[in-house]
Amino acid sequence: MIVEARGVGFAYPPSRPRRASPFRLADLTFGVAPGEILGVIGPNSAGKTTLIRLLTRVLEPAAGEILLEGRPLGRLDRAEVARRVAVVPQGLPPQFPFSVEELVLMGRFPHAPARYFEDAADRRIARGAMEATGVAELAALPLDGLGGGERQRAVLARALAQEPRLLVLDEPTAHLDLRHQAEAAALLRRLNRERGVSILLVSHDLNLAGEVCDRLLLLAAGRPVRIGPPEDVLDAALLEAVYGCEVHVDKSAASRRPVVQVVWPDARRR
Amino acid sequence: MTLSIRLPRIAAAALAGGALAVAGVAFQALTRNPLAEPSVLGVSGGAAFGVVIGQSLGLGLGLLGAAGLTALAFAGAVVAAAAVYLIAGAGRLSVQTLLLAGVIVGLFFASAITLVISVVDVNRLGGVIYWLLGNLGTLPPASLGLFALCAAAGLWLVLARARELNLLALGEEAAQQLGVDAERLKLRIFAGAALLTASVVAFAGPIGFVGLIVPHALRMLLGPDNRRLVPAAFVGGAIFLLAADTVARSIVAPAELSVGVITAFCGAPFFVWLLRTRYRALL
Repeated sequence: MIVEARGVGFAYPPSRPRRASPFRLADLTFGVAPGEILGVIGPNSAGKTTLIRLLTRVLEPAAGEILLEGRPLGRLDRAEVARRVAVVPQGLPPQFPFSVEELVLMGRFPHAPARYFEDAADRRIARGAMEATGVAELAALPLDGLGGGERQRAVLARALAQEPRLLVLDEPTAHLDLRHQAEAAALLRRLNRERGVSILLVSHDLNLAGEVCDRLLLLAAGRPVRIGPPEDVLDAALLEAVYGCEVHVDKSAASRRPVVQVVWPDARRR
Repeated sequence: MTLSIRLPRIAAAALAGGALAVAGVAFQALTRNPLAEPSVLGVSGGAAFGVVIGQSLGLGLGLLGAAGLTALAFAGAVVAAAAVYLIAGAGRLSVQTLLLAGVIVGLFFASAITLVISVVDVNRLGGVIYWLLGNLGTLPPASLGLFALCAAAGLWLVLARARELNLLALGEEAAQQLGVDAERLKLRIFAGAALLTASVVAFAGPIGFVGLIVPHALRMLLGPDNRRLVPAAFVGGAIFLLAADTVARSIVAPAELSVGVITAFCGAPFFVWLLRTRYRALL
């Protein structure tokens, strides 16, 4: 396993989130195998973002343990973690005038934190990462001038420059139009195939997850509900129980993968 | 002959300008706020309060007195910055709340300074009004050496971590996920910026806006990479304040203006221009 969670539990300190019932994560056990694409799905506040923070040591689990390539995550320093796990966050901060190449080179930091300037090897690896996601021609352009799809690919190149074993993607297709969504999904599969990088994909988009992932992990209210191949997890009765709305599950004509559709509450009246 | 009189003042101007510009870069990176700067954040005000307390206790610009004033200025800067941080609500610092908190803290310390001045024997605080406007008088060589030492230490604290500062621009969580110890980095940069601000305030008074004008002008030329920006800001800030001091000395000759008046006359319109054009979207 690249990464393995064993009975992981976590709760935010009571004062921080101002909600009625404080969020908790409990009994989380799963693993990502080498070369696998695992999708993490679930309703809002199911624990998806918290899971990313736990896997990258931004937060420490209160119970259980997380192993990274067999070693306890808590005993690795930040740079060691960053050489193995790279995160593609949802968005870049606004006001970000660094160029695409400068951003991608930041991904080289964990490989030599003491080095002040990146060396020729760093530049070569960054160049390769930019070529892999198709942003090599944009290298000199400032990020705040790019479109959403290009930005996303620049951030993905930054993550690839970390040369991780595991790529963690947080809502990779949010804010992308249909064409860019399709391109992003194809790109992820290609990177997975060609570079052998394992992927943990966190998304609200059940169809993207069903299409791209080998297995899905369904979370609800901080607990794992089911883990398995998309056909098992994207089950109408299960999803209706977890999401609390009526859904209809079909098979895609193109890929034979499950396709989930919401049945709008007033649809039958029309 | 003239050079031996002029040289300490030139050195003081260069050090103060360089230190303020680097402090500006550091505060901007730390708060991820392009308008952050020692005087805008109220940090200069806190440092000035520390210095006024020191002066009212009889500390002068001899080596020991200067060291005491610098330490008090540093304490004041740290208190002011902590107050801004707490008022603005710790976690995410939006541009507006940070600026407002800075204004509030700055006003508070300005009032506190006025209070001290009105209570303490005026003779003891001889040059305080002049100093409060930012004034590059002639420093004794030993004090000038201490000033240089503080500025060098502050510059090193920031410059040696410039690569990590770039990563901090991605956000704290993203920086951590890239291998940066964000808490330690922030503490170190904060210490550096506070030390730079405090030493300038102790030795030359609260000169405003240098930390805003110089980093922005240089960012337009060099881009946002802090590894280039920080050393360039030190040099650029030195040149800028030397020029401002030259204007201050000559524009109403034979009288002399405080250099802080010149930087404020340049900086306030510049701040408004930045706000109305480049950072409109942030407000």
